[in-house]
Amino acid sequence: MTENKIVIKNGRVIDPANKRDGIFDILVDNGLIAKIGHGLKTNGVKIIDAKDKIVTPGLIDIHVHLREPGREDEETILTGGRAAVKGGFTAICCMPNTTPSCDDQATVKFIIDTAKKHHYAKVYPIGAITKKREGKELSEIAELKASGCVGLSDDGDSVLDAALMRRALEYASSFDLPILAHCEDKALSEGGSINEGFVSTVLGLKAIPNKAESIIIERDLALAALAGAHIHIAHVSTREGVWAIRQARQKGVRVSAEATPHHLALTDACARTFDTNTKVNPPLRTEDDVAALKAGLKDGTIDIIASDHAPHLESEKDVEYDQAPFGMIGLETSFAVVKAELIDKKILSWPELIAKMTVNPARMLGLPLGTLSETMPADITVIDPDEEWIYTRDSIVSKSRNSPFLNRHFKGRVTGVIVDGRIVVEHAAMVRL
Amino acid sequence: MAKNSIKWTKKDLLGLEELSVEEITMILDTAKSFKEVSERAVKKVPALRGKTIAHLFLEPSTRTRISFELAAKRLSADTIGVSGAGSSILKGETLKDTAKNIEAMKVDMIIVRHASSGAPHVLSWFVSAGVLNAGDGAHEHPTQALLDMFTIREKKGKLAGLNVSIIGDIAHSRVARSNIWGLTKLGAHVTVCGPKTLIPVEIERMGCHVTYDLKEAVRTADVINVLRIQLERQKKGLFPTIREYIMKYGITEDVLTKYAKKDILIMHPGPVNRGIEISQEVADGPYSVILEQVTNGVAIRMAVMFLLAQYKAGK
Repeated sequence: MTENKIVIKNGRVIDPANKRDGIFDILVDNGLIAKIGHGLKTNGVKIIDAKDKIVTPGLIDIHVHLREPGREDEETILTGGRAAVKGGFTAICCMPNTTPSCDDQATVKFIIDTAKKHHYAKVYPIGAITKKREGKELSEIAELKASGCVGLSDDGDSVLDAALMRRALEYASSFDLPILAHCEDKALSEGGSINEGFVSTVLGLKAIPNKAESIIIERDLALAALAGAHIHIAHVSTREGVWAIRQARQKGVRVSAEATPHHLALTDACARTFDTNTKVNPPLRTEDDVAALKAGLKDGTIDIIASDHAPHLESEKDVEYDQAPFGMIGLETSFAVVKAELIDKKILSWPELIAKMTVNPARMLGLPLGTLSETMPADITVIDPDEEWIYTRDSIVSKSRNSPFLNRHFKGRVTGVIVDGRIVVEHAAMVRL
Repeated sequence: MAKNSIKWTKKDLLGLEELSVEEITMILDTAKSFKEVSERAVKKVPALRGKTIAHLFLEPSTRTRISFELAAKRLSADTIGVSGAGSSILKGETLKDTAKNIEAMKVDMIIVRHASSGAPHVLSWFVSAGVLNAGDGAHEHPTQALLDMFTIREKKGKLAGLNVSIIGDIAHSRVARSNIWGLTKLGAHVTVCGPKTLIPVEIERMGCHVTYDLKEAVRTADVINVLRIQLERQKKGLFPTIREYIMKYGITEDVLTKYAKKDILIMHPGPVNRGIEISQEVADGPYSVILEQVTNGVAIRMAVMFLLAQYKAGK
């Protein structure tokens, strides 16, 4: 589709950054949002009928594993970008645990250039805090920023040396780069496959206690306070973690935090079938933890939703539970899952939910995105809150299929996506470009 | 053989957690009649003639493997043994591939021992053959618990109301888990005992009582089931020394004399570390039924194979 002008008619436009929530038309012209108003003229323009639909800024997912370079058999920048838009995401951040890891300018440039060749989700790399993500020496952080990184993380690992983590926070804050912390004490989690609790006891699987996460969250919050730096806590999964973040916010620490859809929708009881698609790090926790995460989302302790999309081959997952790799894909189910857990269960209002998937992540990372202001790039997501659908293996756009949500019935679906004024998803299907 | 009014309805035996009281009782009753077969001069019945049973032992095992093989042979089944240690990953194929290959060879039943919890369950998804769990990780070892229960019932005449104390490394023990499920379903009271480092979290929710005090566990017990202590647990820091373990949790004559009931039954799933979790005198002593457990193991495995084959026949 190459229409220069598009009018999205009669949708419920929710744009939390502009405190807008009402029925409007949006005119897209030449890749930008030209006008938002009522009764916009539709002569000779492409019309998207958004009656009974919700129109939001393009969703943003700040925690995605694209696997390229290194594991292109699992996912690529292209396939991940396509999966993203299918799920409603017009911008994603990719984590640096690739091979080689994203710890230098060349790799950052490769990712950005590759993504630009395609016209799906915009890709913003997260650079490694330390060289090769080994937790020993700082990466060239200023160079990473200059080449296009929007944040730093050794995702998959914590920087276990507290002194080095302090220096990383201090140094990164000199260049206004937030650190996205994966919080895990590897000594406490070593060998574990699932959450430590009744389920792990019954299954006889080595387990990961809540404290493996919360001890490092508390440490990193303390170090961020010491460094006067911005810390972002990735994929919080425990009630102790939520409490620690809430307290730190009250004390004025510059902290943001994300929760994943799967940690809101599933518990460790899902592992009882030994379905390795339920094996994820941090592990699925208990009902008490889910309740604490939802309370944290409600009161703003957790301000961002991110998928931690982690593709793995079926052949890697068709093994013993304790041998399987951690991770599940999430881009194509993220919205439907959080809609079911947070809107349908009346935890959040629509504007609150959309803020956590648009303006909040954009502000956290300083991305020029996440709103529907006039003159902004036209990155727009259209949602049918009532459409019912089933997530099937054959419908998956991602290169991998490791999802515990396979064959699940959902109500609420992304039906349209526009990136820079170009329609990439229409009627809930990919548009052939 | 077995004259049960209810019919066996499960393809697999993966654990005792999912069995009903009736099903457990059916296995124990069936085993009673099979025990007699092993006492005969000609130790063979034609119950599984023409059936093929694969013994897939992917973790070292002597006693359990031999027990299953004998049971299969005494039922006239053809058996094939596959042994070797390691996960599917070490072999470079997925567990699903392993399963599909076995399936392609048209075996009727798979006996599987595996170091990973849940491996028999995954196999069972992909094969139409019955899958019999011969021990998976620290998850379940259903036939061991069944033979333990059979032995207790034989010696004490009942299970309901008895106090059974399981002593030792509960955290890493599939025997303990299967015993807890089975015994509590049949009305016995189970106590698990060991240092906190060897007791998994929230195990009370399985329906047992927890104590760190050996005296308490021994005093109340009608039956003591002593678990093997893997020596490498000490290196992982789960207890300081073997010496201290013996002093605090070893089952010795002295402990029994001081605290145990006069008609105590001492059990051990084997292999025994003599002088560590259990003293020589106790292992060979008058209260010990350790070798009878081994004898009963064959009968239990015959019973389970027989019942699973019935399911196949009824399909």
